[in-house]
Amino acid sequence: MSVENGIGASVRRKEDQRFITGNGKYLDDINKYGQTYGYFLRSPHAFAKIKSIDLDAAKAASGVVDIFTGADMAADGVGGLICGWGIKNKDGSDHIAPPHPCLAVDTVKHVGDQVAFIVAESLEQAKDAAELIEVDYEELQSVTSIQKALANGAPQVHVEAPGNQCYDWELGDKAAVDAAFVNAAHITKMDLVNNRLSPNPMEPRSALGEYDAGTGEYTLHTTSQNPHVARLLLSAFVAIAPENKLRVIAPDVGGGFGSKIFLYAEETTTIWASKKVRRPIKWTSDRSEAFLTDAHGRDHATHAEMAFDADNNILGFRVSTKANMGAYLSTFASAVPTYLYATLLNGQYKMPCIYAEVQAGFTNTTPVDAYRGAGRPEATYVVERMMERAARDLNVDPTELRMQNFIQPDAYPYETPVIMTYDSGDYPLTMRTAKGMIDYDGFEARKAKSAAKGMLRGIGSAAFIEACGIAPSAAVGSLGAGVGLWESAEVRFNPTGSVTIFTGSHSHGQGHETTFAQLITDQLGVPFESVEVVHGDTTKVPFGMGTYGSRSLAVGGSAIVKAADKIIEKAKKIAAHLMEASEDDIEHAHGVFSVAGTDKQLTIGEIAFAAYVPHNYPADLEPGLAENAFYDPLNFTFPAGTHIAEVEIDPETGVVEILEWAAADDFGNVINPMIVEGQVHGGVAQGIGQALLEGVIYDEDSGQLLTGSYMDYCMPRADDLPNFNVTTTNTPCPSNPLGVKGCGEAGAIAAPAALMNAITNALGKEIDMPATPEKVWRAAQNA
Amino acid sequence: MEMNGEELINASRSAVWKALNDPELLKQAIPGCQTVERDSDTSFKATVKIKVGPVKATFKGQVTLSNIDEPNGYTITGEGKGGVAGFGKGGADIKLSDVDGGTLLSYNVKASVGGKMAQIGSRLIDSTAKKLAGDFFTKFNELVSDPQTEEDTPIIEDTVINEEKAAPEETTTTADAVTAAAPVVEKTSEEPTSSWLKPSFLIPVAIAAVAIVYFLTKGS
Repeated sequence: MSVENGIGASVRRKEDQRFITGNGKYLDDINKYGQTYGYFLRSPHAFAKIKSIDLDAAKAASGVVDIFTGADMAADGVGGLICGWGIKNKDGSDHIAPPHPCLAVDTVKHVGDQVAFIVAESLEQAKDAAELIEVDYEELQSVTSIQKALANGAPQVHVEAPGNQCYDWELGDKAAVDAAFVNAAHITKMDLVNNRLSPNPMEPRSALGEYDAGTGEYTLHTTSQNPHVARLLLSAFVAIAPENKLRVIAPDVGGGFGSKIFLYAEETTTIWASKKVRRPIKWTSDRSEAFLTDAHGRDHATHAEMAFDADNNILGFRVSTKANMGAYLSTFASAVPTYLYATLLNGQYKMPCIYAEVQAGFTNTTPVDAYRGAGRPEATYVVERMMERAARDLNVDPTELRMQNFIQPDAYPYETPVIMTYDSGDYPLTMRTAKGMIDYDGFEARKAKSAAKGMLRGIGSAAFIEACGIAPSAAVGSLGAGVGLWESAEVRFNPTGSVTIFTGSHSHGQGHETTFAQLITDQLGVPFESVEVVHGDTTKVPFGMGTYGSRSLAVGGSAIVKAADKIIEKAKKIAAHLMEASEDDIEHAHGVFSVAGTDKQLTIGEIAFAAYVPHNYPADLEPGLAENAFYDPLNFTFPAGTHIAEVEIDPETGVVEILEWAAADDFGNVINPMIVEGQVHGGVAQGIGQALLEGVIYDEDSGQLLTGSYMDYCMPRADDLPNFNVTTTNTPCPSNPLGVKGCGEAGAIAAPAALMNAITNALGKEIDMPATPEKVWRAAQNA
Repeated sequence: MEMNGEELINASRSAVWKALNDPELLKQAIPGCQTVERDSDTSFKATVKIKVGPVKATFKGQVTLSNIDEPNGYTITGEGKGGVAGFGKGGADIKLSDVDGGTLLSYNVKASVGGKMAQIGSRLIDSTAKKLAGDFFTKFNELVSDPQTEEDTPIIEDTVINEEKAAPEETTTTADAVTAAAPVVEKTSEEPTSSWLKPSFLIPVAIAAVAIVYFLTKGS
């Protein structure tokens, strides 16, 4: 029996009503009585010693409430920001995490580093006062590229990190890989750069800090993807206040893409300073600050080698990556190029052995951390460009080379040489489906037509895999994670039968208010309109680990299901009492409780009323109908699929036109197909942005950010994108009760490799991202 | 950023050299220049107000002269701090030579900018620099050609500070606009168009312009 607006229905997103009518409540919409405004004076230098800071004139300026520097925070015993994932070096020693003060103490390490925090009656007064602060800098030679930073003689970003090295880590069996290469009939080699990206959520970061002198409680409104994690970090490591005296609220948040997972200096400084000035302080990033300080993504330089036998079977894979961490280690930065990256280098293939080594280093740039996909796009990019390149080297069809090497559908659970155990999938099916969608076999004829017009046509595919549903706590704990990655939920019936779901998953565009309500509508038969989803407030929601890594449904949704299971268990007891039957005889389906073999039944609404008005109620049962659950996943989930792009390039202009995009994704069971399709569209758009347009550029000599506005950092627009042809081929995930895998990052993971494979297919030569018209034109002209 | 250029000044080399040694004249010629203050024989401070696109800033410049070869040229190096807007630093080689119709002032500027100025993008900075350089040479030419016109020149500051449009396409027309605003400039109208298209200062203005100023100070 299917339920109206239940699982599988493309229910319209209930949150969109307020978003598109201007009734969303974002952070900057919130104002408090007596509120002041914070503004950060930032370093104009990439690397400099602060010789002195003269605040006298600024402190005397009109409207200034107070001004703080790193010395003030240090004097107050406030700790710096921490990295929550410890990585071990090859020799077993710990990675290096240099101090990360919220306000620079004696050195600034990237352009935009915080130097002073001005609090004033108005934002304009705070900005005017910032102009009056005299900072005497002694500029130092900076370094921005990871290759240069790790080379001998590079400027040293931190005295604590000799050679700028954060860690030198490895995974896999080096000896086995070396042996496999000795026996190889063919070896394909590539050097690949994964370009640095700016996250660009539509709503910039913002914070509103309040201190209540009466209760000693702090309240931080902030643009966070995980308010409980922010509270934990602020409490346990920054030492703002104990968790019971600290409330963190993340209201409507306008996009994050990973960049709002992390605890930043600005939010931390704002909540700290609110006690110093005894008034609420609001800080809102402007777009320029977002470019300078929102954690960037990617920035890898990789050398990869893949060995094949004489029949084109993969024998081994060797990958060496240098990863740019930026000037400081951001909250989860260390995990991105290691456990979120190298563990996926197996792709969808039977690879007997893999060896990966990753050297991470510090540079005078904005910190780098998770950005949509986080490590997994980098892995897919390496694996899939290598597969395409190998097929060209071997003179076989790239899709056939993949088909030949795919893990077969009957091989699950499949243990890879790099930690992961894939639990389900059908890779040949997604490949065949995508090829059919784009008429792969008709490509040569279309190419000939393009050639007749003087155009270069190309087709390229990417068979991606990711590890989502992050993550089994014990597993990540053994790999260095400093937190558990469960999720919690409360399902609370109100006496009149409506339901409020409290979830630790935070929604900042994903549509949780709709999808999570569908779960309860389906499981408990409560009308969709009668289910409300509450998230983003540490005093309302029991606990939460937040939203990232496509985990909300697989982990957060599973917690809701577990809580609903407890509701059903209790409701059966109440129903048995009310219908004078044995509990064992009570059957349940979608909120209707019946006595087996009779026509007696009660709805969940009637049972909820009885639970809150317990006049006729089991003597040994607590009243009320509200249940909590924590869910810790058994395994990661492994969404996978194939994306194929077809492009046409004008060799005279270098402009790439994307003609067709076919995506066949296996996300396991799908709760709301419309939302899933939207997530794929968004992800692919971001992936196309990376492949064609985007890239953060620093001036190599001065360390200045040159792509600091939308004039120079090019975001994809509607006319850069094709119509997306998207479908799903679902093999249910056996590792969670919903059978779901996650869809939020897939597009961004698959798209860059698919598009670059199509472009390089058209050009007949390899180029790096972004494939700007200039770069493509040069390649086409030098063909 | 690197900029090279030449500017025909409608005056003799000695007159140009002298003008380059007249701080008051330089103050008038440098767009947005508010103060010039001498530190020593070879260094001085100046304050210049500049607007680059949306970024407004008062640059405090510190400039040092070297390789002084009267009346043939010198090297200036310096730094201008614009507070929140960022900074500019760099240097310029300036040479004077006799040519038909006056003195050829050639310059070779190497400069870099930091902070918000750099973030805004080189497009705006380059076009603004072109405009400022244009303004400077127009006024400088005007003042050198006719030493009697040492009246107040608030027009220059206004032009710079209130100039909202710094798009490159506008640059060529700016010359006419400025010329029109300063009717005294007739004598220099032979060369104006080419001069706008030539390289630019800007940050260099904070530097170069100011630097030039000092130079004069020193000589006098």
